[in-house]
Amino acid sequence: MKLSVWTYEGPPHVGAMRVATAMTGLHYVLHAPQGDTYADLLFTMIERRNHRPPVTYTTFQARDLGSDTANLFKTACQDAYDRFKPQAMIVGASCTAELIQDDPGGMAETMGLPVPVIALELPSYQRKENFGADETFFQIVRALARPVEKTERITANLIGPTALGFRHRDDITEVTALLEEMGISVNVCAPYGASPEDITRLGAAHLNVLMYPETGEAACRWMERELGLPFTKTVPIGVGATRDFIREVSELSGLPAKLDEARLRLPWYSASVDSTYLTGKRVFVFGDGTHVAAAARIARDEMGFEVVGLGCYNREMARPIRALAKEYGVEALISDDYLDVEARIEELAPEMILGTQMERHIGKRLGIPCAVISAPVHVQDFPARYSPQMGLEGANVIFDTWVHPLVMGLEEHLLHMFREDFEFHDAAGASHHGGAHVPREAGGPSAPHAEIPQDFDAPPEDISGQKKAPGEVIWLADAERELKKIPFFVRGKARRNTELFASERGMQEIGIDTLYEAKAHYAR
Amino acid sequence: MTRHTPPPPSTGCRNAPVLKQRGQHEVFCGLTGIIWLHRKMQDAFFLVVGSRTCAHLLQSAAGVMIFAEPRFGTAILEETDLAGLADAQNELEREVDRLLSRRSDIRQLFLVGSCPSEVIKLDLARAAERLTMKYAPRVRVLNYSGSGIETTFTEGEDACLASMVPTLPETDKRQLMLVGALPDVVEDQALDLLAQMGIEDVTVLPARHADTEVTVGPNTVFALTQPFLGGTHAALERRGARHLPAPFPFGEEGTTAWLQTVAREFGVDQARFGAVTDAPRARARKAVAKATETLNGKSVFFFPDSQMEIPLARFLTRECGMEAIEVGTPFLHRAVVGPELDLLAEGPQLSEGQDVDLQLERCRAAQPDLTVCGLGLANPLEAEGLTTKWAIELVFTPVHFYEQAGDLAGLFSRPVRRREALKLGATA
Repeated sequence: MKLSVWTYEGPPHVGAMRVATAMTGLHYVLHAPQGDTYADLLFTMIERRNHRPPVTYTTFQARDLGSDTANLFKTACQDAYDRFKPQAMIVGASCTAELIQDDPGGMAETMGLPVPVIALELPSYQRKENFGADETFFQIVRALARPVEKTERITANLIGPTALGFRHRDDITEVTALLEEMGISVNVCAPYGASPEDITRLGAAHLNVLMYPETGEAACRWMERELGLPFTKTVPIGVGATRDFIREVSELSGLPAKLDEARLRLPWYSASVDSTYLTGKRVFVFGDGTHVAAAARIARDEMGFEVVGLGCYNREMARPIRALAKEYGVEALISDDYLDVEARIEELAPEMILGTQMERHIGKRLGIPCAVISAPVHVQDFPARYSPQMGLEGANVIFDTWVHPLVMGLEEHLLHMFREDFEFHDAAGASHHGGAHVPREAGGPSAPHAEIPQDFDAPPEDISGQKKAPGEVIWLADAERELKKIPFFVRGKARRNTELFASERGMQEIGIDTLYEAKAHYAR
Repeated sequence: MTRHTPPPPSTGCRNAPVLKQRGQHEVFCGLTGIIWLHRKMQDAFFLVVGSRTCAHLLQSAAGVMIFAEPRFGTAILEETDLAGLADAQNELEREVDRLLSRRSDIRQLFLVGSCPSEVIKLDLARAAERLTMKYAPRVRVLNYSGSGIETTFTEGEDACLASMVPTLPETDKRQLMLVGALPDVVEDQALDLLAQMGIEDVTVLPARHADTEVTVGPNTVFALTQPFLGGTHAALERRGARHLPAPFPFGEEGTTAWLQTVAREFGVDQARFGAVTDAPRARARKAVAKATETLNGKSVFFFPDSQMEIPLARFLTRECGMEAIEVGTPFLHRAVVGPELDLLAEGPQLSEGQDVDLQLERCRAAQPDLTVCGLGLANPLEAEGLTTKWAIELVFTPVHFYEQAGDLAGLFSRPVRRREALKLGATA
């Protein structure tokens, strides 16, 4: 057993749902207890789908346990077929049904349904959501795709986008446009938007574009072996990666590389003097392997940041991420425990986090700016506006997304630098947090301190609820005042370092001198 | 009663036929109850023993709340836990040790059973007993099941409260027990109204803190504030307490009837009852009247979700002038909702349980003006042109008693007003 509050990934059958929901004309019959239907709302709420996911749950209850559940499954399967008349069905068990040892695949086979029924084996107690998606799509492809005649024009399949994927919708549009420019049209995009009938036509393409290794790699490898379809290894997120991707497509297709960069703005924006302050910003990168690898390259080579740490939660990508970390001279963090991630962020004290929804909250708690680069994400990261991550427009989107919290950070910095100024003071709050302006009360510079809305100096209370023990050394009043002059987002680190410095030297009190000696000591 | 509420129907729905169907249920499991129960019990921790699915459910249902110092978590079963049951108890003990050493503020620990733990027959009752002995007197460890195979949504709260009842200290005191986790603000209003009527000996289950003594005994009478507490009802009766059957305190009428039942039991005279309730009743009526302008004459269709559907249908039909087409409930407990059924005029189809596809067909055929349903159905139905009110909000939002009557009506009128306000014709 392992205690967990937050999980980066759902169980594997949610991955199967992501494939089924992405497709049309496919129906998923899931042997699962009452309550597992909760997963529907991920699609109807977070992704704002306007239809129910094409999933029928058997919703067995305690009174059905015994011999009845097998029957229940068959009835549900037959009803689902009669009602939805899908071109193909997938059947499988959720974690609880895995324990009761009905065999959905075997049972569905004996029913003689007039459409292909694909059985899924998803080990719920070992694997997770991304595996579920990858495996499900692979099984569908394996069952349905056959060698067919190639299209006359050079075409490519887009492989990997699913429902509930981070920016998958717009990445498809962007990659389609990139290929179009080279004279390559899209044969089938799958699973997103594809029907089982489309899957049978996958072999007509000349190459596969593997958009997301997490959800499409097994299928691509199978198609390479069985259908002779080569697939791309570069994921076109970032300017450099997009250029590499175009070169790779050119090699695989034999067509000349073509990339019209007229609408690409990241390189100039990044080169303009306004961006100089981004130089060497210390960033920590965490998320799924694919997005982390892409983000690290952009961060270092295209934004001029310093990558001080990186890692991923999906162990399927552990090996490439470890190799990447070595290349960046940092230690990879492969963990699906957010407490590990939080500890690493605290230890590294980066100036910015590129991560998931979870890291956004860690950042909020630690007072570190954060931009979201990967699933799991919340509803606000399924935006109405066009916002791909891939290709040229993706690079523009990424520049804005990443710089935005930093500009805000700079704004807050200025606010704090001028904290003794008559217009800027702690109680005034940050301009983008929507608080009303609070004029400073008369009574000298010390007065507003009592009413600071968010005290960034307070020892942070971590998510697990432990109070961090404050340092045993005492801060003298003048040193405490000096500490307040340090921008809030590095103040916590300065406090910790100074306390460490003092305690290592057996000092009982911290004065201004100690503060600056520690600063000099830790200067990098 | 009041000018605004129709007289009770000559024949209510108590004996109306109930449509019982079996098929796919589009409902939450009882684990979801943890989301609001842990807010109420401020020193309790809810440890689900289950799978990654359970953890994922809690995370999805808790939304962003997961980061605000949650006092719940999941001990995720792993491959090795399934292989042999022998060490499951030790594994659990180890996780609990770790948890309690990190969280010294925890005074009550609930081991919450899930589908996987129930199916492999993990003996959580024994684990709770062992751990109670180990951690007494600092922490009390209880267990209940919130599994989907046994409980639907709010039944999780019922199972939790029922698990506490056998451990409550015995008393002979003549007292009133309020049963059901209400938002603090609502609970305070209820206690205040009762105090004004001179009913001072009131104990509340669940209490906000573990050290607040909640007692029970043969001279205890209890009033339910939530309709989904059938199991707790039975557990309390086993302890000798007596139930005061009443409509539930939704809307002006429900609140008055609920208070009236309690007042009668404690011999409060009508003059005093009137003195205490007249002003808040008038306020509630006035607040509801505003929403009534939008809701009057509109039809409503309830999908099963929380067991609050019957009381809410009563409120909407009698105080807001709506017409109920179908009132679905996951479970219909006649001893508990009997007084509600008496007030609900014959007409709507009552249904218990669900076959969601068939129910959707009935809903589409009826084309109700407002459909109350879960989040898995809401957007798809909106896309089909039906106006929906997502039901879960009714459990999280303060909706009971007088001061919230207007807010309650507002929850239903807002989607109707919104559809009328948007001039885009977008059904996705």
